[in-house]
Amino acid sequence: MFALSRKELMHLGIFAAVVLTMPIWLTPFGAAYPGLMQSFAIYAIFAIGFNILFGLTGYLSFGHAAFLGVGSYTAVWSFKLLTMNVIPAILLAVVVAGIFSLVIGFFSLRRSGIYFSILTLAFAQMCYSLAYSVLTPITNGETGLLLARNDPRVLDAMFGTQAAGAGLPMPTLMGMTVTAYTGFYLCALVLILSFYVSQKIFASPFGLALKGIRSNQTRMKYTGFDPRPYTLAAFVISGMFAGLAGALLSVTDPIAGTERMQWTESGNVVLMTILGGVGTLFGPVLGAWLIKYFENIFSAINEKILHNVFSFLPDGLENVFVAILSKFVGEGWHLTLGLMFVLVVVFLPGGIVEGSQRLIRYWRRGSAKAPRSLEAQPAE
Amino acid sequence: MTDSKNNVVLHVADVKKNFGGLKALSDIDLQVEEGETHAIIGPNGAGKSTLLNVIIGQIPPSSGAVVFDGTVVTGKAPHEINQLGISRVFQTPQIFPDLPVIHNVMAAAFARRDGAFRVNMFRSVASEGEMREKAEAILNDVGLYDRREGHAGALSRGDKRRLELAMCLIQKPRLLLLDEPTAGMSRHDTNKTIDLLKKIKSRGATKVIIEHDMHVVFSLADRISVLAQGRIIASGKPAEIKDDPRVREAYLGSAVE
Repeated sequence: MFALSRKELMHLGIFAAVVLTMPIWLTPFGAAYPGLMQSFAIYAIFAIGFNILFGLTGYLSFGHAAFLGVGSYTAVWSFKLLTMNVIPAILLAVVVAGIFSLVIGFFSLRRSGIYFSILTLAFAQMCYSLAYSVLTPITNGETGLLLARNDPRVLDAMFGTQAAGAGLPMPTLMGMTVTAYTGFYLCALVLILSFYVSQKIFASPFGLALKGIRSNQTRMKYTGFDPRPYTLAAFVISGMFAGLAGALLSVTDPIAGTERMQWTESGNVVLMTILGGVGTLFGPVLGAWLIKYFENIFSAINEKILHNVFSFLPDGLENVFVAILSKFVGEGWHLTLGLMFVLVVVFLPGGIVEGSQRLIRYWRRGSAKAPRSLEAQPAE
Repeated sequence: MTDSKNNVVLHVADVKKNFGGLKALSDIDLQVEEGETHAIIGPNGAGKSTLLNVIIGQIPPSSGAVVFDGTVVTGKAPHEINQLGISRVFQTPQIFPDLPVIHNVMAAAFARRDGAFRVNMFRSVASEGEMREKAEAILNDVGLYDRREGHAGALSRGDKRRLELAMCLIQKPRLLLLDEPTAGMSRHDTNKTIDLLKKIKSRGATKVIIEHDMHVVFSLADRISVLAQGRIIASGKPAEIKDDPRVREAYLGSAVE
């Protein structure tokens, strides 16, 4: 029941190896610090979940940030009220995000296409506004929900595991404090598990039905499938993944702010999925990593660094290069991302995954020297 | 075939359908018996497609009801009607173009086995050996076995239609509705389809078939109902229909000698 085919097992193995060796292979890219690697793992989980809805059923949600935020708040509240142990926090966050997505999905899925997208956006913006204003007692509004020394933490008090030291308590995992690297490895393990679940869903009859919904709803209905519970199940599953990612954000940094619920976060996960490859297993992960890398590394490059890089050029030329390139880095990293997104959507609708598949095919053909006909692409 | 002893599978009872002032169907009363192939013919605009859409639940009738095997299906959703045992082949093939051919057929098989909704995400399509064998056998019957791993969207129109037929057949429907199954096909493909439909006829599926092509109708049908201007003007065995002067006048003209 939990078994994978040989090929899937190989994919999972490669994926696990890549994720766990991040601290090594990210070093040359200047990205091997725990905080960034944690966010690589967390946003990859977010995108994997989003892809289960968007990639399989084709329903494009613009409101998944709401579930990310709900997961974050739930985890922090679990830290405040129950225990600093991360496991209940994560489980609760997933359940609460699931309930939220059940309600929002139930109403939004009465429409499809652009109307569905707008409904999810509206719901998410409602959640955001509520978190920002009316629900301040729960969310602590603009400041963000913080831990306090005098929080009740009922379970910790009951078992006498209340941290006695000075300062704020830290989240713990089986007695260990979640610090920078334990935090990363925790997120990495959850990411690998999420990838496995996504593999299982993609390969299952349930996943096949979801693909059928994307492919042809009329045929689904006349073949005896009821599309609505299928799309709702996919919506709830992807909402739970978002809640899981939100909880991990709180686990690695126990503060939850409203900005996680903003529409830009919902937009980001759409970008990640499309950039990497909609409906593929690896695509969303690649997209998430790329965008997070740009956001954190590209945005830190300034003119001084560029001057250093191009110092080998004659002065005049160096200044021209730096003047042009500086528009694309630092504050301007959005410009680079935007251009990349446009190029991918126009030339590689299947994202980076399709791009690399084409490269591999091209390379194989080149070496075999025998021209083979291109695999037929499905119309639209 | 003895007329009155057989079980009536489908009963279209006094169905009327008005689109605004237009009477698309008036007083349609049609009984389809177990195991028979019932053809509905008629000139363009006679209401054939409307009738089929009423039977399958795509459009509600203005009055009257459709009874399938003792159950009133009027007002039920398409997937519920399918789950009762009615499968439909569309005039424009409706398949899953993004999926491999074999998965198209297997999806239809899962719908029959698992019902309208089931979250079985810890099974794997690849390990459903029995389902795959069944799907392969059906694809072999319709002549698509060699193309089973390719994308369904890349098939020719005729092949898409055969695929759709395979998707319906694997569900072992009690009633199969065929909306112009040979429209747009070459003579060769039409004959292949006729042979295929004859083959499944021997397996006892009841069929309602809408068709323009008289060659197809007279090769397959046990009974024919002729629709003209929203009414059934004649119903009977092919030989009777052929000789019916009203039918000749309304539809056949000099096409059949």
